[in-house]
Amino acid sequence: MYEIRIHSRGGQGGVTAAKLIALAAFRDGKHATACPFYGAERRGAPVVSFVRIDDEPIKIYSQIHEPDLVIVLDTSIMDVVDVLQGLKPNGEVLLNSPHPIAGCNGTCHHVDLTGIALAENLVVAGSPILNTPVLGALAKMGIVTLPSARTAIREMFSDERNVKAAEAAYEELKA
Amino acid sequence: MSTIPKEEYLYKCTSACAGCSSSLCLRYVLKAAGPDTVLVVPACCTSVIQGIYPGTAMSVPVYNIAFAAAAACASGLSNALRARGKDTNVIVYAGDGGTVDIGIQALSGAFERGTDFLYICYDNEAYGNTGMQRSGATPLGARTTTTPGGKPTAKKDLDRIVEAHNPPYMATACSAYPLDLYKKVKKALSIPGPKFIHILAPCPPGWRYPTEKTIEMGKLAVKTGTWILYEREYGKLSISGPSKAAMKKPAPLEEYIKGQGRFKNLKPEILDLMRQQVEQNIQRFAREEEGQC
Amino acid sequence: MLTIATGNKAIADAVKAAKPGVIAAYPITPQTEIVEQIAEYVTSGELESRYIPVESEHSAMAACIGASAGGVRTFTATSSHGLLYMHEMIHWAAGARLPIVMANVNRALGPGWNTWAEHTDAFSQRDTGWLQVFVGTVQEAYDATLMAFRIAEDERVLLPVMVNLDGFSLSHITQSLETVDPGDFIPPYHLPHAIDPENPCVYGPMTGPDEYYKFRWDIERSMRDARGVIEEVEREFAERFGRSYGPTEDYRCEDADVVVVAMGTLGKEAEVAVDRLRDEGIKAGSMRLRWFRPFPDLDLAGREVVVIDRDYSFGFGGVVAHSIKSKTGVEPYNVIAGLGGQEVTYNDIADFVRNRRPGEEMWFGVSEHV
Repeated sequence: MYEIRIHSRGGQGGVTAAKLIALAAFRDGKHATACPFYGAERRGAPVVSFVRIDDEPIKIYSQIHEPDLVIVLDTSIMDVVDVLQGLKPNGEVLLNSPHPIAGCNGTCHHVDLTGIALAENLVVAGSPILNTPVLGALAKMGIVTLPSARTAIREMFSDERNVKAAEAAYEELKA
Repeated sequence: MSTIPKEEYLYKCTSACAGCSSSLCLRYVLKAAGPDTVLVVPACCTSVIQGIYPGTAMSVPVYNIAFAAAAACASGLSNALRARGKDTNVIVYAGDGGTVDIGIQALSGAFERGTDFLYICYDNEAYGNTGMQRSGATPLGARTTTTPGGKPTAKKDLDRIVEAHNPPYMATACSAYPLDLYKKVKKALSIPGPKFIHILAPCPPGWRYPTEKTIEMGKLAVKTGTWILYEREYGKLSISGPSKAAMKKPAPLEEYIKGQGRFKNLKPEILDLMRQQVEQNIQRFAREEEGQC
Repeated sequence: MLTIATGNKAIADAVKAAKPGVIAAYPITPQTEIVEQIAEYVTSGELESRYIPVESEHSAMAACIGASAGGVRTFTATSSHGLLYMHEMIHWAAGARLPIVMANVNRALGPGWNTWAEHTDAFSQRDTGWLQVFVGTVQEAYDATLMAFRIAEDERVLLPVMVNLDGFSLSHITQSLETVDPGDFIPPYHLPHAIDPENPCVYGPMTGPDEYYKFRWDIERSMRDARGVIEEVEREFAERFGRSYGPTEDYRCEDADVVVVAMGTLGKEAEVAVDRLRDEGIKAGSMRLRWFRPFPDLDLAGREVVVIDRDYSFGFGGVVAHSIKSKTGVEPYNVIAGLGGQEVTYNDIADFVRNRRPGEEMWFGVSEHV
């Protein structure tokens, strides 16, 4: 079982990101569940969402405490939330950032999802859309396939710029 | 601005959204009310904004109560405090859903009985706390999660319903005019009996505009005449300053509508209807103010 | 159609397939996505239904009663305080013998405000004459809702059905979902006593002490007949759509020495605990109780039983444990866990089994055995 924890702020699409990842994994033929953990969900407040991917049916509903992968969609959260808590010893981190961030333990990847979204003009009510480009990054990391990422995005969104943003993130992801 | 006291009763650690009108207003309400105050809060955004146990952002007592029950609970609480010889302000701070829909029975009862309390409704024109579903206070044409095609019916006229109970004081306010709100709360609390203040509370996630534009939205609501600021003392109307100018020469309604995602793709017929309603409303208030009714 | 969906979306999709003519609902966390999705289906025309955005839950059930009595299939959804606010009308709906289907997203009761999973809300309605089923997966939420309409409207039943799903733990979790076209699995709505000016009747008038009890017995008789109807409907569903359900979902129980009984998502997570325990040599099994009203016969003879109650009846005990005890004579180890969304993992469930003390009650998170 592969467990992913996603950190974001309310209104950034972190909950939808979890669903998108689960959908892409599902289209890859895997079992997948996505769930948000609702604290007080307020625009701008830190929120967490989870994804589990497995070859077998998933019967676990409780929170993920030892993720294999931590995704941080808004790195300003790292001042108030310990995003790396419980990360498995060989776990990985994916940061929405144009450059590496100090103090990131584990295998750290970064990609400028915000920059990619802005370049595609993928903005809603003032916020850049991060959940579609992040799927491209995960495809580069081999967690989902790129074709399934495209399929999942097209199932959930009609604007093709979302696919372009995912492809851009796939190209740009560096370790 | 020197009239507004410096003491804060709503601390900075709230869980409010960025750009929240309600918590902005609550800050001024509490400054006007002072520490000898109890807030009665039904299910609404404030239930969450005040913080999650064991922390709180409030330094006055807050009594949380079920959705339908705020005014009834306030009735009991006010009677108890007066029986104990205390003058403590009892203030209901409720959203539009808990006032105009599920809370209207209790509101009507408390006003009819002459309960000594202040009922404040902060109106973001939807069920905000549960994710922006329509309420009776949602305006015509507005998209919410349960009116994806735009609300087919007009906003319920809460003020006229309250007016029908002949309260000693009622007023409208808006988060973009905090000094006006502060003064109205102070005046209300100086009068015994049931008082009502209806605050327009522009809401970034609900109305779909960028979080830094909350004050601008509120000002546009008043400048276009969509929201009229006024007071009624024992029924007698007086229009508040910012609305006097707006009523004489209202800004075009489009300026208010165009910045809000909830009115995106508004049908021209609906916009016309809205314009008519704004004009009729302005005329009604103008006629009353002039003494012709 | 095979896709993924949340528990709430699955309910909305089943409602779309069942085509109720009137839906009256009021939003409450964590049910809101059900009514929002239905509103979208109605607005887009995918579901031809009159959607009444009522002003409170009491009105939601009252409107459903009017609509159902008026001869149209109806649906509503609620949770926790909303369910409690309609309590009077819940009794009324069953007494009026109306086949209303309602999704209840199980949520704890305030004060303090808590929007996470707990079963006390549904159990507080256990005496009302409603049938109650508890689902554990997104697929089951969909399937059980389709079957609910069929069971409720069966002339041997004509009682309302509540489909329960855990707040956030299932309502908001995304899992795979296969939607179906029910076809004539759900026949057209026919209420024998629907309002008809050509056959005028008075509904629910003053009824004195010499007549009233007969109507109460009628409800109970239908509740008993419902067991057979449920079995028939679940069998037909399995034949037509390929998924079988029963009063319980049993996992590795055949040779189990100790059985964990739980409801909702804890009943699924318990299966993971069972696998861990089996690896340690403990012959454990899990029995997820699905139907709560009518309460089923349970095969627990000769085993130790650990019952997890995600609820409590103050001054008495865990509702499920005591139901099982009174119906089977078994003395379970009653664990009170998961209240207000308290996290309970498969490791915790395995611990409950390892540390069991038959006949005793344990509040998870509170240090003493009581």
